[in-house]
Amino acid sequence: MSDTATAAPLLEIEGIRKAFPGVVALDDVRFRLRAGTVHALMGENGAGKSTLMKIIAGVYVPDQGEVRIKGRPLVLNGPLDALNNGIAMIHQELNLMPYMTVAENIWIRREPKTRLGFVDHGELRRRTQALFDRLVIDIDPETEVRSLSIAARQMVEIAKAVSFDSDVLIMDEPTSALTEKEVEHLFRIIRQLRAQGKGIVYITHKMNELFEIADEVSVFRDGRYIDTRLSTEVTRDDIIKMMVGREVTQMFPKETVPIGDVVLSVKDLGVDGIFGGVSFDLRAGEILGLAGLVGSGRSNVAEALFGVVPATTGSIAIEGIDVRVDTPAQAMKFGMAFLTEDRKDTGCFLILDILSNMETAVLQQHYVKFGFVQRERLRSDCEAMSRTLRVKTPSLDEVIQNLSGGNQQKVLIGRWLLTKPKILILDEPTRGIDVGAKAEIHRLVSKLAGEGVAVLMISSEMPEVLGMSDRVLVMHEGRMTGIVDRKDADQVRIMELASQ
Amino acid sequence: MSINTTVGAQSMTFKPPKRRWPPELSIFLVLIGISLFFEALGWALNGQSFLFNLDRLQIIILQMAVIGIIAVGVNLVIITSGIDLSSGSVVAASAVVAASLAQVSDFPRAVFPQLTDMAPIWPILAGVAIGVVIGVINGALIAYTGIPPFIATLGTMVAARGFAKWFTGGMPVSMLTDSFAWIGSGANPVFIFLIIAAIFHVVLRYTRFGKFTYAIGANRQAAVVSGINVQRHLIWIYAIAGLLSGIAGTVTAARAISGQSGMGVMYELDAIAAVVIGGTSLSGGIGRITGTVIGVLILGVMTSGFTFIRIDAYYQEMVKGAIIVAAVVADMYRQRKRRS
Repeated sequence: MSDTATAAPLLEIEGIRKAFPGVVALDDVRFRLRAGTVHALMGENGAGKSTLMKIIAGVYVPDQGEVRIKGRPLVLNGPLDALNNGIAMIHQELNLMPYMTVAENIWIRREPKTRLGFVDHGELRRRTQALFDRLVIDIDPETEVRSLSIAARQMVEIAKAVSFDSDVLIMDEPTSALTEKEVEHLFRIIRQLRAQGKGIVYITHKMNELFEIADEVSVFRDGRYIDTRLSTEVTRDDIIKMMVGREVTQMFPKETVPIGDVVLSVKDLGVDGIFGGVSFDLRAGEILGLAGLVGSGRSNVAEALFGVVPATTGSIAIEGIDVRVDTPAQAMKFGMAFLTEDRKDTGCFLILDILSNMETAVLQQHYVKFGFVQRERLRSDCEAMSRTLRVKTPSLDEVIQNLSGGNQQKVLIGRWLLTKPKILILDEPTRGIDVGAKAEIHRLVSKLAGEGVAVLMISSEMPEVLGMSDRVLVMHEGRMTGIVDRKDADQVRIMELASQ
Repeated sequence: MSINTTVGAQSMTFKPPKRRWPPELSIFLVLIGISLFFEALGWALNGQSFLFNLDRLQIIILQMAVIGIIAVGVNLVIITSGIDLSSGSVVAASAVVAASLAQVSDFPRAVFPQLTDMAPIWPILAGVAIGVVIGVINGALIAYTGIPPFIATLGTMVAARGFAKWFTGGMPVSMLTDSFAWIGSGANPVFIFLIIAAIFHVVLRYTRFGKFTYAIGANRQAAVVSGINVQRHLIWIYAIAGLLSGIAGTVTAARAISGQSGMGVMYELDAIAAVVIGGTSLSGGIGRITGTVIGVLILGVMTSGFTFIRIDAYYQEMVKGAIIVAAVVADMYRQRKRRS
């Protein structure tokens, strides 16, 4: 790494400015990527990482500033142009065609042809296999993409980017959908690419990945460049400080609050063929963590409790009374609220404004007289909620699509808090949001528990589960494997239960 | 593409709702533009005014009133990101049923000889009921079987037309009472249209039902998780669309003083066109009644204008097709701009 540090940078960017109507997304930003290094980009959502990346990948043309590739100034006109200049991007949302084979996806538009001009499938297969061998990827080139797991698709995307022989690879949160083992595999591939002298831009929210894989890190905040450091020379706290521009005092401000009566009692809950045997009591003021690997059935428990996919076995009792929950509307009547895992798919009404996003749940039972919405009262309460949650927006009429992930999440939390829930189910409440917003959400959840709300919190992030929960329920392959008390809970104990 | 470029103002105080141009302004200007275009052509080609002619204005509005009534319902459907192809056939089905109960007693070949000379309320109720029934069938198919609205309403479109033909045996149902015919006389269809438009304007903007309609169109899954009974809501939406088509059919029969199985052909497409021109997004979640009313007027002015400057009806259809496509392209462009 140190020997490549002196070589000419693969990619250099200086004085970049990019404005969108009403917002300056990047201002006087610089960035430098050396060959044979992994360079992490960090910053809160809205810091400008994505815009910068899109400029590098040719999606946006900057208003000002210069992009140099191997010392050569260049104006990129579109992603194809970037690709031709050795810059490949692996998108956060996967862009593969589900009904085509892996090999066809990788070589699309570049298929080897037979003499008659037809696609040479034998050669296509051989090329793909060679590529996979080189990257140690074990996927049959002839399978259709739709039958692959998300992780496998990610690998295909990466192989595709590598197949262009690009010098610069941009990865936007590549591990967000991967299990730990798959992450290991990805890191092996990245190290191999680094050894081949490629430069890798790695966008991530995960601090431990940064220290594991990155050589350098550049931090951005509010569209401005803050600093670049060697990853060996910074601490976690340094980076957080740079990202938020202030000290984040405590990441998991768990308060000890008096635990009240049992609010929700679940016995032997299950959905045929998906999960079963889940039993627990949840008390007022308690935060029950729900841990387990992706696919262990955690989210299914939440969906069954809330009536999205009603349970087929077992019983649910609310404050001692047995109830049936077949629809979300019923769950809401029992005082439940459910923040879903996927903000985009099941959370936000992306094209609607903040007010419309916040009001949907509470309108079921409140703020309505003879079918008419009490608009003034609703708006002022939504504004108050928005202020309490510190949603960064000039007005509630802003379309939610234009907010950062953290702010969208706050709006969705607001949607549920307006219903004044007794039981709050949170599925990955801080996924993909920045450190500052994360801490705010943690503080908020703690405060709600202090006010007597019973919280069931699903999370893939071990520190979050350990830091926030009074008890941790662990699942493995659709079964509950144990409940651990806060004082006995540590990473090892939980991983044992999650993978037994 | 992920969107986290926009930070915007960081202030924690809320500005009062921004005074933006209403989204209908641009299509309103298009309406004015098209009107002026025909006005200019009118003087150039015919030596007379296009707009300042009460008779013509009346005809434009009357022609479009029936399409307008349908379009209000279609607008609701499209806001939920659905589509309703059955409206035109529902017009025929309700027209023939309403007409069959509105016949005079001295007509020897009445459909129901024992049910003649009835008070107009009965044919009206029957015509509207037919619409509601077909609408509920549409809604139930879409909500419970999960088939795409396009297919469900294509099915009822064909079936309802078939029903109308079977019911009449291909013969017009005529000799209707004067009291029934009154509904379609004079400017009555226009009043009915305006009242319906006003009602649903209020419903969409100020009621919970309206809010939920937008929510379902914007993200059905999120609407489900927010506790909205999406299936029941969709049945209501399609029932309303059917109801309005039923009213349109009844009005059509009253105006023509006859019910025919060939009535309302292609009305669904005119209604969809008016809705789309009026700025409602085919991907759902966006759309207002005011826009639809303007869209209806644009279609009316165009039809009337082309006839006025004596352009062949065939050309009219071609131009209409082009305008519909242009409206959708404009919609997609707007969406993309929102997303930048």
